[in-house]
Amino acid sequence: MDTIIVKTGTNVKRRRAARLNSVSLPASILINLGLVSFALCCIIPFIFVVIISFTAKASIEANGYSFFPSAWSADAYNVAFQLGRQLWTSYLNSFLITILGTVFSVLICVLYSYGLYRTDFRYRTFFAFFSFFTMMFGGGLVPTVMVCKQLLNLNNNYAALIVPLLVSPFNFIVMRTFFKSSVPEEIIESSSIDGSGEYRTLFQIVAPIAKPGIATIALMNALAYWNEWYLSLLYINDSKYIPLQYLLMMMQRNIEFIVKNAGMLGTEATRMTQNMPTSSLRMALCVFIVVPIAFAYPFFQRYIVAGLTVGSVKG
Amino acid sequence: MSSTMINVGNPAGSVFKRRVRGKTLILTSMMLPGAIWLILLRYVPMFGIILAFQNYKTYSKAPTLLNNILHSEWAGLGNFKFLIQTTDAAVMIRNTLLYNALWIVLTIVIAVSFAVMLNEITHKLVAKTYQTLMFFPYFLSWVVVSYFVFAFLAPKDGMLVHVQSSLGIKPTDWYNNAGPWPILLTIANLWKNIGYSCILYLAAITGIDASQYEAAAIDGAGKWRQILHITLPHLRTMIIILFILNVGRIFNADFGLFYNVPMDSGPLYPATQVIDTYVYRVFSSMHDIGMSSAVGLLQNVVGFICIMIANTIVRRVDADSALF
Repeated sequence: MDTIIVKTGTNVKRRRAARLNSVSLPASILINLGLVSFALCCIIPFIFVVIISFTAKASIEANGYSFFPSAWSADAYNVAFQLGRQLWTSYLNSFLITILGTVFSVLICVLYSYGLYRTDFRYRTFFAFFSFFTMMFGGGLVPTVMVCKQLLNLNNNYAALIVPLLVSPFNFIVMRTFFKSSVPEEIIESSSIDGSGEYRTLFQIVAPIAKPGIATIALMNALAYWNEWYLSLLYINDSKYIPLQYLLMMMQRNIEFIVKNAGMLGTEATRMTQNMPTSSLRMALCVFIVVPIAFAYPFFQRYIVAGLTVGSVKG
Repeated sequence: MSSTMINVGNPAGSVFKRRVRGKTLILTSMMLPGAIWLILLRYVPMFGIILAFQNYKTYSKAPTLLNNILHSEWAGLGNFKFLIQTTDAAVMIRNTLLYNALWIVLTIVIAVSFAVMLNEITHKLVAKTYQTLMFFPYFLSWVVVSYFVFAFLAPKDGMLVHVQSSLGIKPTDWYNNAGPWPILLTIANLWKNIGYSCILYLAAITGIDASQYEAAAIDGAGKWRQILHITLPHLRTMIIILFILNVGRIFNADFGLFYNVPMDSGPLYPATQVIDTYVYRVFSSMHDIGMSSAVGLLQNVVGFICIMIANTIVRRVDADSALF
């Protein structure tokens, strides 16, 4: 009995203290209003695009893009699935590039940052400078593209979409910080005394401890690969290799192009482009890209936040 | 020197030394994949700076990159002439600097305010929801964002265009009219990146010891005074550092924003051309390798100087936050 009274007593006191230090009701309403409106602004364009993708062609012709279309239709998705060869190729390309790119970039990053983390590694400062210097100075776009294309043959192949993004000195910093904060050096000393080789120490002892850090890097890299269109712009001509993002980028111009030149094509083509729900088709493609992110995002957000705050200032 | 002398006569010592050497070798082998990548994709292209001073031509007999470079004529500073001869340079440099300067300031002000506001939300789940929604745009590519913008501005069908015509106003031809684009680009950039900065600042705020606020509240300090005298001073170092580092990158623009969001539309170039897009356009459509390399080189040299200065200042403010 006594204890309960004491407990509620402190609870009340604490609540009173919290209330004392919380904002007034009008201020709280204002703050919430401000945050709600910005938060909605952040998500509304995506909802808008989803709505447009389900809008019937007639409704778009009559009212343009609207949050409240007069008629709904899944035509865009039907057409996308029918015409879809390029769509599926690109989808597969995107997945392939994301998976391979993430695996290799994480591997390279873990190996390199582990060396930077080991204070007893003789060339640590040299390799640190070697990578950080490239964050400050580079050859620039043109020499880099020419070296990649002509010397390294990164031209119209999957490698061109993976290799140029493999290394990020920024991620080295983040990963090294993760190692520093989660793996005590004594563990490495003791495992070396127990006769574990360097690679074994890294993969069987250090990596499991630093798992959250590795997950962060993996997610950041996966996102970078999934959102990649710049490399396709620079290195890819063959539609066989283009990922989803670049397909979307080309569709912006190409659908318009088809419609504009409809008169010059055969009657069949004219009929097809006339019936094609071009606007909603475009938006449907956009939905295809965002949906995987939107669904996975709430789960990986926490890791990314951790990664950002670790490497925050040293961007 | 003396230590080696001792080691020669000491078997245990030489075993130890061999082990150290072995360790160094193995650790170095771990650096190799990354180091080789850096050499091929970062250090080799640095020699490509030569291109800025050449009239690059394909050497017909054996057209490899090295042969082409060896057999091209020197242009001296010819590739840099456009800087004074055209207005392109002035426009793109002006755009790059002004947009960056404006956005650095706006981002700090807005992100810090949102972070302070988020911190006042006592309900955990609500705060988390706001944060999740605000951070969402950061995960989208500029290609996707350009579609979002298009949904509002598209000629004929765009929502804004429709609203305008239903109100009886003559609809704006958004993609052919450079006037509104400084504002549109600013909105797009803030929309995508505020959430990111906000989360950085929020993390810093949650790190502040709660007892400081309690003490201030007991002493009769209201919310405003707590924010002014506790929160902001704690954020000061971080704000200064992020500010300076961003100023160090003031010559670099976000290519995707300036290329995709305005849909690469020519009439908008006066408002959307920045150094990065200019280099790409000269390179890809005019194939002027000398000139595009020259612009790139200038950007890198000036950028390098800016970062060095920025870093020196950061080191004065807070040595731990300096890049090197």
